[in-house]
Amino acid sequence: MATKKFLYINRKPPHGSVYALESLEVVLIGAAFEQEVTLAFIDDGVYQLLQNQDTSAIETKNFTPTFRALGDYDVNRIYVERESMELRGLVKEDLMPLTWEDEDDDWAEKDSIHVVSSAELAEIFEHQDVILNF
Amino acid sequence: MKFSIMVNEGPYTHQASDSAYHFTAAALKAGHQIVRVFFYHDGVNNGTRLSVPPQDDRNVCARWTELGQQHDLELILCVAAAQRRGLLDADEAKRAGKDSNNIAPGFEISGLGQLIDAGIQADRLIVFGD
Repeated sequence: MATKKFLYINRKPPHGSVYALESLEVVLIGAAFEQEVTLAFIDDGVYQLLQNQDTSAIETKNFTPTFRALGDYDVNRIYVERESMELRGLVKEDLMPLTWEDEDDDWAEKDSIHVVSSAELAEIFEHQDVILNF
Repeated sequence: MKFSIMVNEGPYTHQASDSAYHFTAAALKAGHQIVRVFFYHDGVNNGTRLSVPPQDDRNVCARWTELGQQHDLELILCVAAAQRRGLLDADEAKRAGKDSNNIAPGFEISGLGQLIDAGIQADRLIVFGD
């Protein structure tokens, strides 16, 4: 099977609509297809990665702990736009730690999340084959 | 060129399904190939056969069926998204113990793998959303 570069762009907050949850479902299914996968979080999408989310008061399923499984699916290129973080008063420590184990480096645990500028993101977008926008 | 189409909104509330329809029809008319049309999120609601729009308006759902039958298109509803929203074919209805089904002719229910495959097979995947 041909290998393509898939980019999933997440623009919406984790709750209030189903887009974030159903985007993550696509990413997890897509991971089984052994394509090169990259995730980008911009605008209110950066809220999807906040630590310690609690949805009990709105009685919806808190799916966000599932992000921690991404490393096990070799999804380890996760880019968060710096400008979106700054506009919302967020720093990287507000985000849940997402890591992966590098098989080629004695299974060292490495950070999957990279905070990058919108200019750097544009460069990343430039090199994709398939872009899914959620 | 080979296009795959993704439709992420239902009929009438948003223009996404109309735009996707017009794009698909125009691409076919221009001689391009449509690998698959994949309906996700509320887009699965385009696959109901029970929509009854006013007579002086376009019929968004029936139009997809017609275009699909004219060009032998794959019109795929995501199974997980469809089940949540009450879009069931005869098999799914039976499995879930429901008394009815509501999928329009020409539509099929299948998995998200069909979306990934659509992205792999096509030269361009075009996403229509809000």
